[in-house]
Amino acid sequence: MTVNKEALLNVEDLTMHFPIYKGLFRKQVGAVHAVDGVSFNVYRGETLGLVGESGCGKSTTGRAILQLYHPTRGTVNFEGRNLVEMKKEELRHMRRKMQMIFQDPYASLNPRMSVGEIIGEPLSVHKIASGKEVQERVARLLELVRLNPSFASRYPHEFSGGQRQRIGIARAVALQPSFIVCDEPISALDVSIQSQVVNLLQELQDQFNLTYLFIAHDLSMVRHISDRVAVMYLGVVMELADSNALYDNPLHPYTQALLSAVPIPDPVLESKRKRMLLEGDVPSPVNPPSGCRFRTRCPIAQPICAEQRPEFRELKPGHFVACHFAERFM
Amino acid sequence: MPDYLLDVQGLETTFKTPEGTIHAVNGVSFGLKEGETLGVVGESGCGKSVTMLSILGLVPNPPGEIVAGSASFAGQDLLQMSSSEIRHVRGSQISMIFQDPMTSLNPVLTIGRQLEEPLMLHLNMTKKQAEDRAAELLTMVGIPNARERLKDYPHQYSGGMRQRVMIAMALSCSPQILIADEPTTALDVTIQAQIVDLVKRLRQELGMAIVWITHDLGVVAGLAQRMLVMYGGYVVEEAEVGELYANPQHPYTLGLLNSIPRLDQKEGKKLSSIEGLPPVLYEKPTACPFAPRCKWAIDRCWVENPLLEDIGNGHRVACWVDTKTGRARS
Repeated sequence: MTVNKEALLNVEDLTMHFPIYKGLFRKQVGAVHAVDGVSFNVYRGETLGLVGESGCGKSTTGRAILQLYHPTRGTVNFEGRNLVEMKKEELRHMRRKMQMIFQDPYASLNPRMSVGEIIGEPLSVHKIASGKEVQERVARLLELVRLNPSFASRYPHEFSGGQRQRIGIARAVALQPSFIVCDEPISALDVSIQSQVVNLLQELQDQFNLTYLFIAHDLSMVRHISDRVAVMYLGVVMELADSNALYDNPLHPYTQALLSAVPIPDPVLESKRKRMLLEGDVPSPVNPPSGCRFRTRCPIAQPICAEQRPEFRELKPGHFVACHFAERFM
Repeated sequence: MPDYLLDVQGLETTFKTPEGTIHAVNGVSFGLKEGETLGVVGESGCGKSVTMLSILGLVPNPPGEIVAGSASFAGQDLLQMSSSEIRHVRGSQISMIFQDPMTSLNPVLTIGRQLEEPLMLHLNMTKKQAEDRAAELLTMVGIPNARERLKDYPHQYSGGMRQRVMIAMALSCSPQILIADEPTTALDVTIQAQIVDLVKRLRQELGMAIVWITHDLGVVAGLAQRMLVMYGGYVVEEAEVGELYANPQHPYTLGLLNSIPRLDQKEGKKLSSIEGLPPVLYEKPTACPFAPRCKWAIDRCWVENPLLEDIGNGHRVACWVDTKTGRARS
């Protein structure tokens, strides 16, 4: 995989707060701080993995990038143009280049549309093809994702989870986008099917020079597929680095705890491994802790962690960490 | 023949559906020793859950039916028991925890009420005794401030805490066997690590035997002593945990182990995948159910279903082919 360092996407201070309304007059009483000041680049041709536990804001980040939500604050530059300030029509045009693959292959395909209609719809919406040409393109797309082209006339309920995810992938690549947000594309699939879909995603990336934002909670799979990985916790990116650097030498205590919690399918290794168990649960994003978000569960927290939000700094070339004490792990 | 606490022989379970009879379990035999942890691995639909539900008389009839087999526990056949007899075994001698802690608790009853019920029912405790014991149990599974939290409702607990409550409930009558059906699948990795750690501690303290059903080869690697691999309603491989991971024999086990990326493995290598889909069995198979997806399949695999055979060291495998040499087993 060749990664030249041209930033296809630049996210700056992206923030997404969902207001909470209460009472007779629907007064705003607070907000869910789903994403709180996230900044990163995605380089052309690379896969950036975005990991974290449920509720950490990783999916919201993906959706806010594609403007499926209107961000509370921040900018999203795609090929040098800020998506946040774009008008609807302009944005629609940009969506040709940015697509999404969803988590649940059972909910993301319209049950009343045939597979051909599902995959062909973006082609006609963007007036790229019409009539017979759509059918031909659909057939080619189905072949591309290793499905029988004759399936175009069938309906989603006739397919298994893995096959449906292939249909979703065919739909996402129909417009030849340059950037795809993959939002937990394999979490709903069986183990033996997961690797089929991941291999397909990698082949398509090589073939079309695609750029992926790969959102997942399976850290082993993210390591496998990503060039770089960002770790999120309670709406904040805690650490971002090349995937080998992050997994071999994590500099943030949360990343360390997360990695040590992942079981390895090897009984000999498992019996020797030391676990770093985190106490308690993730705090509520409605009222997140002051300063560092992780301080309430952090084994090395100090008073300063409650007062100051740690800066997201580049500690080693390309290795960013948001922790006051990350130097101890160098 | 070792002394088994639970000895299941030739279990067959079917479900009648409008499309035909589904053969979910097709002759499963296994033993569980006292204090032993047995891992049961397989993908959705392989019959791993139905096997355990059948043993506990939890398969709804109709549509389900136990067609054949026996399950002897403490000198009695569980499959022959009346529903009131099995109800007495269930919860007090063998208990079960399920995947989804959100739906297995009654949302309109307090945690305390739900914990106290089996104590009063099975152990004839008074309300006061049951309350004390319930608080003790909550403390045992690591919930702080237990006495106060007995008054809370399930929605006031987080996912990890609800699974702790389920475990407390399952262990309340000191059962000899705990059957855990994907108990950590719905949880985040850090919470999963907490639960696994808890179960290991309780196993040591209470000495019960555990059957841990999962599709995640990682979790059981550090937990189980012996493993069963299931496919298409059959046990296809059985071995001590170290032996199974170091020396997997069945093509399906090999495929599963090779299709998952490992956290301690650098990215880049293509995942090998098992092509095709798991079967839905409308007829009891007469050939090997894995043959259509197997790259080792020989002529015999298509006409005759292999039985589990001992290949030494208590390692049993159901395959006509020796996957080490690629030739038929002699």
